[in-house]
Formats: sequence, C-alpha cells, structure tokens
Amino acid sequence: MAKKTQAKLSPWDIVQIARHAERPNIGDYLRLLCDDFVELHGDRLFGDDRGMIGGFATIGGERVMLIGHRKGRGIDENIEANFGMASPEGYRKAMRLMRLAEKYGLPVVTFVDTPGAYPGSEAEARGQAEAIAHNLEFMSTLKTPIIVVVCGEGGSGGALGIAVGDRILMLQNAVYSVISPEGCASILWRDGTKAALAAETLKITAGSLKELGIIDEIVPEPAGGAHTDPAAAVAAVKKAVLANLAVLKKLPLDKLVEQRYAKFSAMGRF
Amino acid sequence: MSWFEKTAEAPAHVPTEAIWAVCPGCKAYIAKDAWRAADKVCPRCNHHARLGCRERVALLTDAGSFKELNPEVSFNDPLRFTDSTGAYADKAKATIAKVGVGEAVLTGTAAIEKIPVVLAVMDFAFMGGSLGSGTGERILLAAEKAVALKRPLIIVSASGGARMHEGIVSLMQMAKTCAAIARVKEAGLPYFSILTDPTTGGVSASYAMVGDLNIAEPKALIGFAGRRVIEQTIKQKLPEDFQTAEYTLAHGFLDHIVPRKEMKAFLANVLRYAGF
Repeated sequence: MAKKTQAKLSPWDIVQIARHAERPNIGDYLRLLCDDFVELHGDRLFGDDRGMIGGFATIGGERVMLIGHRKGRGIDENIEANFGMASPEGYRKAMRLMRLAEKYGLPVVTFVDTPGAYPGSEAEARGQAEAIAHNLEFMSTLKTPIIVVVCGEGGSGGALGIAVGDRILMLQNAVYSVISPEGCASILWRDGTKAALAAETLKITAGSLKELGIIDEIVPEPAGGAHTDPAAAVAAVKKAVLANLAVLKKLPLDKLVEQRYAKFSAMGRF
Repeated sequence: MSWFEKTAEAPAHVPTEAIWAVCPGCKAYIAKDAWRAADKVCPRCNHHARLGCRERVALLTDAGSFKELNPEVSFNDPLRFTDSTGAYADKAKATIAKVGVGEAVLTGTAAIEKIPVVLAVMDFAFMGGSLGSGTGERILLAAEKAVALKRPLIIVSASGGARMHEGIVSLMQMAKTCAAIARVKEAGLPYFSILTDPTTGGVSASYAMVGDLNIAEPKALIGFAGRRVIEQTIKQKLPEDFQTAEYTLAHGFLDHIVPRKEMKAFLANVLRYAGF
C-alpha cells in the first residue's frame, strides 16, 4: 500500500492508514509537538478516563489547553486507554478542562482519534449520550478559540464530542465518519464485507470532507502516510495549528462565537 | 388461566387489520376503536406505541393552534447515496409521500393550555426518525423562532439516530441543533425535551438529552449505543430493563416519566413554573 501514490489510494486504503498501529497518536503529539505538558486528570464526578487525556500544553511558545483521544501504543496501553473509546468520564473531563481554558483565556486544541465512544453497559449507565450532548452544546458557546485536529479516526459522536470548533483541520490520511465503514456495510448492505464500498460511498476522507464544507484545511502527510515519518507529520500539524491560532487570537471573543454558530448552522444547507 | 383472562385471539376469516390493532408490547388484540380512544396506549400492558407526528401534535396542543413552520425544508442528498436497496433520494421521496411530512420532524408554533410555544415533533415512520440535514435545519429554525418570539421550545424525539445516508453531514446536525438549543437557553427560555420510544444514537447524544427538563414516556427505549452492539462488546446479556425510561430515570438522566394521557397537562403545569 505504501507503494501506491496518494492519488491512487482508495478510501478503504486510507482507512487502513488512519488506523495504522504506528500512526502518530496523542502520545507522539505530546512528545514531538509540545514544549511542555501538564496533564490534568479526572472529571471530578466519577473517575479519570485514560482514553481521553488533556492538560496545559505549550506549542511553539503558545500556551493552550490540549485535549485528545488516546488509543495508546502496544497492547497494555491499548487496554488501559480502551483503544481510544472514551467513556462519559472522558467527555466530562474534556468539558471541565475547556471551562478552565475559557476562564484562563487559553485557546483549546483537540486531537480527534477514536473508533467511537465506548459502547458498554457502564458507559450507558453513566450517560454516554448526555455527556456527548452537553459537550456539543457547551462547545458551541465557549468563549475561547477552539482548533480541532482530526489526526486519525474520527469515529462518529465519539469524535464530535470534542470536535466542535472554529477551525477543523484534518490530516490527509485521517478519516471522519458518521459510522464505521464496517458498521454501515452491515446495516445498509447487510454484508460486513462491503466495507470498502461503504467507505467509498460515505465520503469519509479529507478531500471529500473539504468539498462538503465540513473541514477547513487539509494537513499534508509525508508520502506513504504519517507513520513513515512522524517528525515531519507532526511538524506539518504544528505549522497549521500555529497559523490558525494566530488568526483566531485576533478575533474578539463574541465575534468568534458568532462565527462558530454561523459555521455549524450552515452545515447541511445546500 | 381462565378463559376470560386469555389474550383475545383474532377471529378466523376476518381481515384483522380492519377491526383489531395488535399491541406491539404484549401482542394482545385490541379493538381498533378502543386502541384509538386510548391514543395507542395498550389497556392491558400500558405499552405506549409509536405515534405519528400529527397524532402527537393533536394530543399535546390546543385544537387548531398548531401552525407549521418551514414545510419547504426537506432532505438533501449530499453524498448521492445509493446502497444495495437503491438510491436514498428515491427512498426519501417515497417516505415523504407515505408519511405526509417533508422530514423526520414536524415543527410549528402552537399553544398548550393557551401557553404559546414552539413545538418540534419527530416521526419514527420517516426513515426511523433519523436525523438528516433537513431534520437538523428544521430544528435549528424552530429554536431560532422560539428565541425570536420569546417562547419556550419543546422537542418530542423519536429516532434511531443519525441518518447514515447523509454521512458526515448528518453527524454535523448533532452539533448544529445543540448550538441552536444553547441559544434558546442563553435567551433565558425554557427548553423541554420529551423522549419517546425510541430515542437513541445521535439524537440522544444531542438535543434530546440537554433539556432543562428531560421527560419520557413509560418504557421508552433511551440510550446511546444499540443493545446488540453493547452485548457484543461486553460479551454478556443485558438485563431486560436496560435502556428503558425507568432505567434512565434511575440513573439520573430524566426528570420525570409521564404517561401519554397526562403529558399535555404536565407540560402546561411545568411551563407555568417556568414563568409562562
């Protein structure tokens, strides 16, 4: 697959790159992107979700609140992080940190990389739906800039729960979808093996999403995918985040929030 | 069991659908007139069967007070979506003709015991009540109308979640509707969410769960992920009452469970507490 040129990659190929075990994840971004990181734990209600992490971070001299899904690398970390499937505690921790960011005047930068919110009985009992819903509502009015970086898998509501922002950036080989191609294939085609076709039909790649007006900017990746050269991939993300931050910081906060409302209101008007 | 306690059976050689309604809950045969008179609530098991949006509007609002908003807003087909059973656009058009509403939600201004409100009522018969771009747009416009008219907003949900046929655009309707709800709240206006059977997926994870009051009908299915998905994830059978309204209330996410016949009076009462 690495030998295929970018233009020849099918959406299903891109899904494989987005899910690649060596693809730069939140741990790599913290290491390669941030000069400093102070992790802030817990939702103050129930626990500390290891599938969603956040804290104070410095990126190229800019202080921000950084929040992201965490898949972990290696089976022990994967299990600890629940493969990046966040629980209600994760979304509520994210909201707590965003409130702090607003209070301290820090911009928020989120990294989206999840197969989806955790579909477990405990997550239901503690209100997975309510936790995500409140983030959507709250992020729409947050009085500080929000930059979203879809860096791996943008899995449905579990992704959107930290992805309402002023600028939505997406890596060239990331995907963002209302449902996994496998899930869509099994429901609408009644055949899980039609996942590649579903991936094509759902239009989940960065190019398609830019055309649909869902994302603002595509961050280029090294040839073959971000995992072939993590340092270069992260450098491109850094450049894009800092450029957007500089623009957003100049906007008065009420105008910023107004523009965010206009942006999401317009989605689905054709 | 005595003969008179037995569930009624359909008489032979009679077109059953002409005379009998079958309760989707206990499968009892109920005379159609009685079924209609009970607003599709089973007199035997109290199952609250699904209602069409216009039936619901008639039940909740003062006669003749409902005026539809934005009937021109309908579905979009941004992906030109086709699956093994055909094109989405064809299915959506057939659904509009069959259900008699242009989207999975009917919105309008109305009065509840003379209190003016803006009301949005979803219809499960419209592609499973799925949240498409037209659905989201209608809800956003209803919320903006509530702000403009300084009226409370009430949304009755009945939905399996996002409309896959519109892909990522349907996902974005969750953010869009929640942004509109936030504005209703910022204006100091009440927003009441009524969750009916079923309210799941992208609708439960957006406007349905963020009411000032979250109100449900008895035994309504309410949840984020589907039962089968969860059972596959945790490799366990889930209890019978999992994701019912009663379960959701016991876990702290609902204010009240209100039987169908009491819903209008309940809404009027809480609207008065909210200053209307």
